[in-house]
Amino acid sequence: MAYRLIGKDFTPPDLLGKVTGKAKYAEDFRAEGMLYCRLLTSPMPHARVRRIDTSRALKIPGVVAVLTADDVPSFPPPHNSILTNEPHFVGDPILAVAAEDETTAEDAIEQIRVELEPLPFVVNPLDSLYPGGPDARTEGNVANVRLDLQKIKWTAKDFALAGENTLPQGKPAEEWSCGDLEAGFAAGRLVLEESFVTGGYSHHSMEPRTAMAYWQNGKCYLHGSSQSQTFMYYGMARYIGIKPEDLVFIAEYCGGGFGSKGAPYPVMSIPAHMSRKTGRPVLMRISRAEEYFLGAARPGFQGRVKIGFREDGRITAVDLYVVHENGPNVGFWDFRNAGNAMSIVYQPLAMRWRGISVLTNTPPRGAQRGPGENQTAAAIEPIIDKAARELGLDRVAIRRINAPDNDGKYGADQGPLTSAYLKDALDRGAAEFKWEEKKQLSGRRRGSKVVGVGVGQAYHSAGSSGFDGLVRITPDGVLHIHSGVGNLGTYSYGATSRVAAEVLNYRWENCVIERGDARKHLPWNLGQFGSNTSFTMSRANHAAAMDARAKLLEIAARDLGGNPDDYELGEERVVRKGDPASHITYAQAARRAIELGGKYAGHEVPEDINAITRMSLAGVAGGGLVGVAKDTLAKVGVAPALAAGFVQIELDVETGRFEILDYLGVADCGTVLHPQSLATQIKGGAVMGFGMACMERHVYDPKLGIPANIGFYQCKPPSYLDVPSHMHSAAVDLADPQNPIGSRGVGEPVMGCAAAALICAISDALGGHLFNRTPIVPDMIVNAAAGRGQSHKPLQVNTV
Amino acid sequence: MAEYIPPDARDFDPGMTFEEFAAQDPPWVRPIADFTPRPVSRREFIKGVIVSGAAVTAAGFVFRGPGSASARAATAGAPERLISLEVNGRVRRVDVMPQETLAMTLRYKLGLTGTKLGCDRGECGACTVLIDGVPNYSCSTLTHSVRARTVTTVEGLQGPGGELHPVQRAFMAELGPQCGFCTPGQLMSAVGLLQSNPHPTREQARLAMSGNLCRCGAYDHYLNSVMRAAREA
Repeated sequence: MAYRLIGKDFTPPDLLGKVTGKAKYAEDFRAEGMLYCRLLTSPMPHARVRRIDTSRALKIPGVVAVLTADDVPSFPPPHNSILTNEPHFVGDPILAVAAEDETTAEDAIEQIRVELEPLPFVVNPLDSLYPGGPDARTEGNVANVRLDLQKIKWTAKDFALAGENTLPQGKPAEEWSCGDLEAGFAAGRLVLEESFVTGGYSHHSMEPRTAMAYWQNGKCYLHGSSQSQTFMYYGMARYIGIKPEDLVFIAEYCGGGFGSKGAPYPVMSIPAHMSRKTGRPVLMRISRAEEYFLGAARPGFQGRVKIGFREDGRITAVDLYVVHENGPNVGFWDFRNAGNAMSIVYQPLAMRWRGISVLTNTPPRGAQRGPGENQTAAAIEPIIDKAARELGLDRVAIRRINAPDNDGKYGADQGPLTSAYLKDALDRGAAEFKWEEKKQLSGRRRGSKVVGVGVGQAYHSAGSSGFDGLVRITPDGVLHIHSGVGNLGTYSYGATSRVAAEVLNYRWENCVIERGDARKHLPWNLGQFGSNTSFTMSRANHAAAMDARAKLLEIAARDLGGNPDDYELGEERVVRKGDPASHITYAQAARRAIELGGKYAGHEVPEDINAITRMSLAGVAGGGLVGVAKDTLAKVGVAPALAAGFVQIELDVETGRFEILDYLGVADCGTVLHPQSLATQIKGGAVMGFGMACMERHVYDPKLGIPANIGFYQCKPPSYLDVPSHMHSAAVDLADPQNPIGSRGVGEPVMGCAAAALICAISDALGGHLFNRTPIVPDMIVNAAAGRGQSHKPLQVNTV
Repeated sequence: MAEYIPPDARDFDPGMTFEEFAAQDPPWVRPIADFTPRPVSRREFIKGVIVSGAAVTAAGFVFRGPGSASARAATAGAPERLISLEVNGRVRRVDVMPQETLAMTLRYKLGLTGTKLGCDRGECGACTVLIDGVPNYSCSTLTHSVRARTVTTVEGLQGPGGELHPVQRAFMAELGPQCGFCTPGQLMSAVGLLQSNPHPTREQARLAMSGNLCRCGAYDHYLNSVMRAAREA
């Protein structure tokens, strides 16, 4: 379908601020009388605070207040705490100090005496599952969202049966299965079984999660670093201990989140509490080192998978077990997503998934771009290559035969997909990348250098439904599109706002996006995470625009006669069909809406909208023609985001270094909304994927529970010199039937497919060697090339 | 727990007198005006920390704000800290602590918040500014060291009529930024490169920009921007 705006590039309205330095992030705000706040954090991985002596600190001139766990709301374990008397990881905030300046706050912290009683700790999930092993929390060692905190120990027999190098498969916390697993494996010609480890690592958002807060007339004004906007209101209000309507949340720009700032997080509330206590505005800068502790991290996996393949490569059965390192708190459900990703990407005829989310005294985990799905891509895709080699099949072909199409099923109940074109993505990629030619280069030697090529695929769910849209035409004829989704940096807030302009036949130049500040009256929207914005927000904005459209037609009919059906939308005017002279402009319609009042001006509240939207609607009512609606379009099944990546590398077997010579990422994200930003997502996601595959990881000392790497230079997010100077992107661009403009999101799998493709290319260069581990660091490559053993044990985690 | 000393204190001997401390400073560093002997030396304090298991916070990169600085500058006999800085073509008088970094002065005293702090320890490049036309990490530059030099920040790139610098235009045309937090630093590195080498190869641009991390991974689009700016400037 041809659109005026959808699928065309545009200049996102926040871009100018980004290139002129005028864009204000949380740390860029100042307020009169502002205090500076610093945190005293735990030096121990698990301890109990016995006594805090702040007397010396409070005598230092300029020190204003100390805030401890006793001053802030507490939540039942294993929920994240704001401040705690039982720190569960190195860097867990114990108290905060506010002073006239930062140095004084820091001086005060040095004068505070905290007596800590060390408690047992653990940094390897398997150690905690071992009989009699330590628990990360006094209350237990297993928990997650919707998984009660409990204690699970495996038996010594479980460990003995598996041996040291194979993942034991003791009692899981959760499991599901579909189909006849045994028959599936029996039907397979080849059955592979592998144990694997994927490393946990920091999100590395460039902007540390600084926050500033002050109170005015009983309301808390909070400038936070947040991917999301209205989605933050309820949770942040809860952390602050106020009603959502008393929170004025401002988050116009976010310096990267990658999942770690998608949902409300506790540390952001500290300046709000401190400000309430002191009666003054409070800025709390978070340092880069602190970001490694309280800035969330991707959970690591210790996994084991058994896969049965038919002669033609079709997967008959999968048995997947994931031990998920969750940090000490509630964490995120990567382990569950691993099962779903396996199910969707490979469509096994029978499958069992088992998983356990084990608590460790390492940084609290949060969703990171493709949480669970991308670890699965990195771990499983090289095993698929091994099957291709053993069965004599092409590596694209074995993926293609298993890839989901529109009849794809997924998960325990084998539910449907809204649409899926992974086969098309593989075909498109193979053609553009010249796979058939490039794979001939595989293994070609040049001195110590050898060529490897790889293909990878990944999945993430790509959309939700049921959120609200709000648009307003003001008497000057301008369309205001109120977007409550947030601004992660993908520009999808803008691309999805254009859906409303498309429906209402607006010139983009005559539209304004209202966003980033509760005072701009924003509707209830899902957070900007989970590759969902393109699908979810285009539906919500479509719903609001359709409501506005109906009201425009009604007003025209009311003023010019006839029925609404007799009218259509022209160029920012409502025109009688077949009689263009009979029309009213949008500006006139907006004025009429104000005169008419009622639903036209937003005085009537649809029953099904959220309380946040209701509040915002009250703020705009009477100011123009208002379109407001909940997205009630049908949604059946999961909307998948799918992607395929293709990599060519040249690997030096003497140094373990490699150069990525070529990369192509292909997205299956339905109708393309904004080609330029899709390209940046595909390429930028790949950069992050390369980091996951070969560079980034936590290193924790198992004896002391302390981290060995808390800097960019140690944790190595990729730089310009680690990735190709030129990368390539493409999209299938086939519409999804369950989105009014056919769009689905794609931000996450474009990372996983690149990680998988790179790992497969390294494996390919080394003649099919399976590392079964991420990241694959240079010494591992050198060892593998030389036929030496590795310095880590196969199931060891958090290693150098 | 190993003894942990915040990095700003690594070279600081608590036993040293004020005069000794001042004497070893490079000539451009003014003595610390508000130095007073601590009630407990740092070394004793750390010993206490180890014995009691108490905590020392994880990062020492902190800032003595304008409030306290001006208050303390008024102390009788305090040496002059008011210096002139040439920033974005304007000479500004500003009260600067001896240990203050340029990033802090720009952001917290001159209101130039376009310069970002991503790591505050010379790893990421988000704070890159031009000093006499050369890209520098302002988080790792002492403000006193730029007294006789010219500083350009992202706020100084636009022309007198507000027109965008060719590099800014190119960053927009190529959709260089994603989240935008590293963008000011990327811009300054690009401007610095093109001033010294107006027609770089893509590989030269890649090397010149390599001190600027971007977690969004927008490197390809940033390089496209640099090359476009070189073509169109």
